Amino acid sequence: MSLLQINDLSKEYVMGQQILRALDHVTLSIERNDYVAITGTSGSGKSTMLNILGCLDRPTEGNYVLNGKDVSLLNPDELAEIRNREIGFIFQSFNLLTRATALQNVMQPLIYQGVHGKERKRRAIEALDHVNLGNRMDHLPNQLSGGQRQRVAIARALVTKPSILLADEPTGNLDSRTTIEIMKLFDELHKQNQTIIIVTHEPEIANHCLRIVRLEDGHVAEDRSREKA
Amino acid sequence: MFFDMMESLKSALHSIRAHGFRSFLTTLGIIIGVAAVIATVSIIQGLQYTVNQQFEGLGTNSLSVQSYTSLQDRLQGHLSRVTPNDLELISTRVEGIASITPIISPNSGTLNQVRYGSQVTGTQITGSTYTYQDVGRIYMKYGRFLSDTDNTTRRRVVVIGENVRQNLSLPENPVGQFVRIGDEWVKIIGLSEERGQIFGQNQDNYAILPYSTMRTLSGNQRIPDIFIQMTFTDINMMEAIRDRVTLLLRNAHGIKEGKDDDFRVQTSDQLTSTFNNILTTVTIVMGGIVSISLLVGGIGIMNIMLVSVTERTREIGICKAIGAKRHQILMQFLFESLLLCLLGGFVGLVLGYGLGLAASAAIPNFPTAVVPVWAILLAVGFSVFVGLVFGIMPAAKAANLDPIEALRYE
Repeated sequence: MSLLQINDLSKEYVMGQQILRALDHVTLSIERNDYVAITGTSGSGKSTMLNILGCLDRPTEGNYVLNGKDVSLLNPDELAEIRNREIGFIFQSFNLLTRATALQNVMQPLIYQGVHGKERKRRAIEALDHVNLGNRMDHLPNQLSGGQRQRVAIARALVTKPSILLADEPTGNLDSRTTIEIMKLFDELHKQNQTIIIVTHEPEIANHCLRIVRLEDGHVAEDRSREKA
Repeated sequence: MFFDMMESLKSALHSIRAHGFRSFLTTLGIIIGVAAVIATVSIIQGLQYTVNQQFEGLGTNSLSVQSYTSLQDRLQGHLSRVTPNDLELISTRVEGIASITPIISPNSGTLNQVRYGSQVTGTQITGSTYTYQDVGRIYMKYGRFLSDTDNTTRRRVVVIGENVRQNLSLPENPVGQFVRIGDEWVKIIGLSEERGQIFGQNQDNYAILPYSTMRTLSGNQRIPDIFIQMTFTDINMMEAIRDRVTLLLRNAHGIKEGKDDDFRVQTSDQLTSTFNNILTTVTIVMGGIVSISLLVGGIGIMNIMLVSVTERTREIGICKAIGAKRHQILMQFLFESLLLCLLGGFVGLVLGYGLGLAASAAIPNFPTAVVPVWAILLAVGFSVFVGLVFGIMPAAKAANLDPIEALRYE
């Protein structure tokens, strides 16, 4: 069975008098250890897709089965729980807590899981080591470079051992050298059996992935797999 | 749940410390409110404590007799009196009395001036006996207090307060000097210790004559209204003595059956409770006024918490995205306002007590401020209440934010 299955899913927004259909009867399935890029121009439904996949939003129609569980009908607190355990978010603008150190940022999701002090710290250090930031644990976000901040964010996403790593333009705020560095890290994580979904509009980023789903006007316009060169 | 609470507490502390100065300003309303409550209460309580102590000086086994005129009678120009004859009656016809102190109060006497050489001063002249020393708590600086024989032989002697000595430019030790009261020369036999001021009222402007001398000096044309203080040998006799005194005076004053007494026989407990009632009322009224300032403080906290929620919208969005549930966000903000209020309450408590102490120290001879436990509990309880009531709305606002909107917030 697929790790993630979207069936005939639609999402509508009401904008004043108009109803805007951001996703229009989309069906998509993603397997374990897939490395998927979701691309499209702006307004294609990319962000909506990301919000639905990340359980931040609920579909208007259709259903979404994640890890064998239909999440389209859950209430906000149940969705929070799913986000916490199944999904690791990585954002374009890093979205770290500015007043907390790298270590505290990485520990944050574990607090919501109820993981206690020592275990929490051990697992957070492990995650930071995993992204080669073991020596920057006590730095605040503004004392870190962009690439380092994004690696803290990746550590935070990984620390709960989520089913999916969901990245939204993860290199959008980074220079080209750091972009390569971060994409390398994604490649490595994929090799370690992590399922990764990257939402991006940049073809170079999409080309790192093994499968590219292109959205257009709320439809899946293209869904192709490619062998890694 | 406990785990969540501890984490919320930690994060609230973190956030309060991060905005140190702002947190201080936010709690200022609470600090001032609580400080005002505590200062007021502590001063009043200190006063109450001291007053009770002074009434205890009267002794628990004591009764007082004084005249009582109902308002109706007073409007008709009729004044009741307890007279020297009544004193005579009580001292000869009631058994079990250990001591009896008649006091001709300065208000009812005709004497109110003391003269020394060319100096004249107005003062409060009281007539009483040697037992008045205990009742009035008078300690001598020079000379002696009135003795029993001063009264029985109507000696022309007087005990004065420090203020009278100063006003008359008498020497440092005025014992042996003669002053003129009414038409007679009276010898000063004692100067009492200074008592200072209470509520701006000088406590040392008085002169005390022997009871019988006072009666002679004022001439017998006017029958004085006197206050009688008595102690008795056996406390169990109190009720009996009281009944006996009442019966005697009713007969002496010719009060018919069914009519009210024109005098009051009171125990010192009754005097104390009357006074305490007044102070309690004052405390409640002050407390009411001051709690308005706590309300204002609470609104200040709510205001800042709302600003803080808006300011941290993005942070809340991040927390929600990585899995914070509603109650976890709610608790974090609620704890923050609760903690702010508690800190404010605590600082206010210390500050208020300090103010109370300072105020009572600044007024000479004013009793030391005392903070009762109930006032502390009230202050802390009120702080918690304010924190919860005014914290719940901002916290709910934070908890109900939509994560997508919140993440998009700049």
